[in-house]
Amino acid sequence: MSLLALSDIAVAYGKAEAVRGVSLSVEPGQIVTVIGPNGAGKTSLLTAAIGLLPSSGTITFDGQDVSRLETEQRVERGLCLVPERRELFADMSVRDNLVLGAYTRRRETAKIKSDIDDIYDRFPRLKERHKQHAGTLSGGERQMLALGRALMARPRLLMLDEPSLGLAPLIIREIFRIIASLRDLGVSILLVEQNARAALETADFGYVMETGEIVHDGTAGDLIDDPRLIASYLGGQHA
Amino acid sequence: MNSRMSRVVGALAILLLAAAPLYLAPFTLTLLNFIGVYALVALGLVLLTGIAGIISFGQAAFMGIGAYATAWLTTRMGLSPWLGLPFALVVTGLGAMVLGAATLQLRGHFLALSTIAWGLAIYFTFGNVEGLGNFNGIRDIPPLSIGGWQLLGSDQIYYVIWIFLLGAMLLSRNLLDSRTGRAMRVLKGGNLLTESLGINAFAVRLATFVIAALFTAVAGWLYAHMNRFISPTPFDATMGIEFLMMAMVGGSGYLLGAVVGAAFITLLKNSVQDYLPLIAPNAAGQLEIVVFSALFILFLQYAREGIVPYVAGWLPEGKPKRPAESEPLPPRDKPATGEPLLSVDKATRRFGGLVAVNEVSFDLRAGEILGLIGPNGAGKSTMFNLLTGAMPVSGGRITFAGRDVTRQPQRAIARAGVARTFQHVKLRPRMTLLDNVLLGAYTRTKSGFVTGALRLDREEERRARSEAMRQLERVGLGDRPYELAGNLPLGTQRVLEIARALAADPVLLVLDEPAAGLRSREKQALGELLHNLRKEGLTILIVEHDMEFVMNLVDRIVVMEFGSKLCEGEPAAIRADERVQEAYLGGSA
Amino acid sequence: MTAQIAAILTIDGVATGAIYVLIALGFVLIFSVTRIIFVPFGDIAAFTALTLAALETGQVPGTVGLTVALAILASAMEVVSLLRSGQRDRIPRRLLFYLVLPLVPAALVWASGSIILPMPLRIVLSLALILPIAPLLDRIVYRPIADASVLLLLTVSVALHFALVGLGLLFFGPEGVRTKSLTDYTMILGGIPISGQTLLIVIAAIVFAALLFVFFGFTLSGKALHATAVNRTGARLMGVRPEKSGTIAFLLGSLLAGVSGVLIAPVNTIFYDSGFLIGLKAFVGAIMGGMVSFPLTAIGALCVGILESFAAFYSSAFKEVIVFAILIPVLVARSYTAVHSEEETEE
Repeated sequence: MSLLALSDIAVAYGKAEAVRGVSLSVEPGQIVTVIGPNGAGKTSLLTAAIGLLPSSGTITFDGQDVSRLETEQRVERGLCLVPERRELFADMSVRDNLVLGAYTRRRETAKIKSDIDDIYDRFPRLKERHKQHAGTLSGGERQMLALGRALMARPRLLMLDEPSLGLAPLIIREIFRIIASLRDLGVSILLVEQNARAALETADFGYVMETGEIVHDGTAGDLIDDPRLIASYLGGQHA
Repeated sequence: MNSRMSRVVGALAILLLAAAPLYLAPFTLTLLNFIGVYALVALGLVLLTGIAGIISFGQAAFMGIGAYATAWLTTRMGLSPWLGLPFALVVTGLGAMVLGAATLQLRGHFLALSTIAWGLAIYFTFGNVEGLGNFNGIRDIPPLSIGGWQLLGSDQIYYVIWIFLLGAMLLSRNLLDSRTGRAMRVLKGGNLLTESLGINAFAVRLATFVIAALFTAVAGWLYAHMNRFISPTPFDATMGIEFLMMAMVGGSGYLLGAVVGAAFITLLKNSVQDYLPLIAPNAAGQLEIVVFSALFILFLQYAREGIVPYVAGWLPEGKPKRPAESEPLPPRDKPATGEPLLSVDKATRRFGGLVAVNEVSFDLRAGEILGLIGPNGAGKSTMFNLLTGAMPVSGGRITFAGRDVTRQPQRAIARAGVARTFQHVKLRPRMTLLDNVLLGAYTRTKSGFVTGALRLDREEERRARSEAMRQLERVGLGDRPYELAGNLPLGTQRVLEIARALAADPVLLVLDEPAAGLRSREKQALGELLHNLRKEGLTILIVEHDMEFVMNLVDRIVVMEFGSKLCEGEPAAIRADERVQEAYLGGSA
Repeated sequence: MTAQIAAILTIDGVATGAIYVLIALGFVLIFSVTRIIFVPFGDIAAFTALTLAALETGQVPGTVGLTVALAILASAMEVVSLLRSGQRDRIPRRLLFYLVLPLVPAALVWASGSIILPMPLRIVLSLALILPIAPLLDRIVYRPIADASVLLLLTVSVALHFALVGLGLLFFGPEGVRTKSLTDYTMILGGIPISGQTLLIVIAAIVFAALLFVFFGFTLSGKALHATAVNRTGARLMGVRPEKSGTIAFLLGSLLAGVSGVLIAPVNTIFYDSGFLIGLKAFVGAIMGGMVSFPLTAIGALCVGILESFAAFYSSAFKEVIVFAILIPVLVARSYTAVHSEEETEE
């Protein structure tokens, strides 16, 4: 059974449809990526999956229909989103941001402390800066904090929206190394990316979105060599 | 409703109003007088709140200034009430100018809060100045008189009140239909849009604020000579919110909303006063304000638009005539093809520690089409904001048409002939396509508030309309000039933005990601439009993410990555460049 | 003016200012979490004073009727909205919160009849009666328009204030009240007498400011509240419910307003409509703090108190004019220093 199944999802802003009839699924333990150019509707898709945007269609998480649940209820069930804008608590310390990540598990005080130490082991940079305000971090550190904060919730499915956005190549490599390592924690991942090559090298399965629809899908290995993909990005003859 | 029908209805309404003293009881006439006076205040609020987006809780205080000014002049100085009117206007106008200059820089709720503050300060001043009778007020104010005939009865001053009200409505209608009126209506779209059209947003806000205060001063003057006694109480905070309530209940976006709102609230209040004692004989006075406030809150929760648009929705729509052909507006001087037009020299922009644009340099010649591309987050939009003056550079120099524009405000750059579109479309959804495009012609026209209100701008207006029509036709939207911009699909809205920019007769057209979020068919249509513009020899700078879209269009491409210039060259060379491929597909993990 | 007069005026100003500090902190707390400028906040303080006075004379305070009416209305709205969204199973819990809990203190007062309770109990009971009002108003008035602009919320707040003033007159009557002194102690410092009441006010302001500091700095609920204030979307993604944060903010804010009402009742005569001016002056202080910073707000509110005290000495007639007029230069100064987000008024 799929961990997350989106079926026939549509999102509209007034009259403009950003997502039309998108269906996809994530199996337990998998890293699935959705790639596609700017404005393809990838972010709208994730925002609808977490319930911040109204959508039509069915969203099933762990066998249960969560389409009508509030965002907070989806989070409580272990669905987590690291949004494109990170949405960190800018004037709070790195540590406080992490503590808030565990808000849904707020009664497990002792475990939260040890989890923070685990996050610090995974992201030593965050440990160095644990007292600093999140707003003063560099782009790469912010992304690490956003990832760390999401992991504090011990999510079952982590949705990442453009984790490489605006980051320098060296840091992008680091972020993707971390994403790949999350698989060992038993976290399934739905990864939305414009950085197609890096995403496909990390993922098991991929979908390509263009103007609100899924145009190709396949295993990551097949997609990465697909000439149509290069065309999608750089503009080729087929379009 | 077509124009002939609306004229008939209007004439009937005026006839009914004119004959009112013949068939209405004196008490009802008195109510009508109050409605007229309050409607004048509400009319000011319609312009201020509904049109320009400035919420004021302090209009009652302005009304008080007008009333006290004339009361003081006529009782203490013994001058004629007719001299009281200009005096009230001058005193209130000056007061509004000072308060407005001090507070209109404030944004949103801070501005609204400041109106509560000065409203209360003015109210307490009335109550504590010896010469204004402290909290007892001023009595025995002379009535208005015409040639020795005193207008004492409610049926006599009635005409004065309603003539002033109708006059004010006429002036407002003319004003809204003029160049400055459109500038007022664009304010709600935000400073970025307003200033990008070459409009001085602060000046327009201040002027609107003063106009609203002047209407209110007239109301105060009428009130003083109608009531013949004034005290601070009718000018307190309660009345301030009641005026706002009138404008909002009537429909703060509509001139008629002021009259409808004033009538509705005044009559409702009157009937509440009649019926509440029946329901709660001991607590009627207390309940009145509770019922009122509760109704207002319900109204704000469920029907924010007001009565007028609700009723108007039921009426058949009119079909205004297409603007007639007229001689074009004078074109701008443009540099000859090939001359250097824009030069960016080591432009840098930092946000805190982050360098969004790092020493980027490039040039653009007249008649050339340049594409600025790069993956998301490369600093294209920031670069764009630097060029158009929407954001100051942290370092470097920008020269446009031989002029250093490095630290010039956005509106100065717009006036110099740079017209832009926005990545997230910024149109006025409640204005027609024609009005939206007319906004673009703002920098090419001149008429001001007075010429607009008095309709002395018709010749220029005809030319501007004809010009706007031509631009609509140029982009293929000429068949529906009176549709509301908000009803268009996204792709067409982008095209409309281009028409607006073209109406400025730009020396340089700057397009910010015009293809973002478009479907493939919309993209194709946009591509065709831009190709046509290219054929006409327009100078264009296009910032785009979609490489395919730009490739066939531009002469040259500048590629940005991580805030710096990656490379520059002709499309074919750029497409083949490995660094560019790497930047777009992403480095391997 | 002699130094002694200046000192007396300053002490007087600090005492008034400390009252404003309590209310202003509540303003900022509620605004930062909910974006609501809760204009009727001063009314809450005034109602607390009126409640306390009624308990002192063994009458049933008007607050009982007010709370009962609001609780019934809020519960009805909650039940209807839950039924509509098909969440029947959540009704009992919500009813407990919106109906039963608010009615407990009301029932206690009702049951105690004309027995005059000892002062500490009276104070606790007054606060318990006052606390539910703001959260209930939040449910009834603001929740249906939670997505509205700050400006619309402000307009609603102003209207709500007028409704509350009317209700105040209805439930409490037009008489002014002054409650018994909390203490008769007087201290002489450098030849200037300082009343125990003044000391209490200042101590309360310090204690509650410190409590707020501890709450936000060291507890997870405090951090969740702060998180909602700085980034609503971020907070929701962590599972923090903005509505719940809003209710907590309203409760805490009401506690601050209630305490200030208890403290001011023995010093000033309070009428049903006294809250407006007290609230607005506190508000001037809150705006000095930009509606976000707690320390700056406290300093601003203290300044207002001291300014008022000196203004009253020079020209008692114009003291209100001066206090409100000072807001304009303050706002202008702020507008040049604060960073504004673009597009607040976009339709």
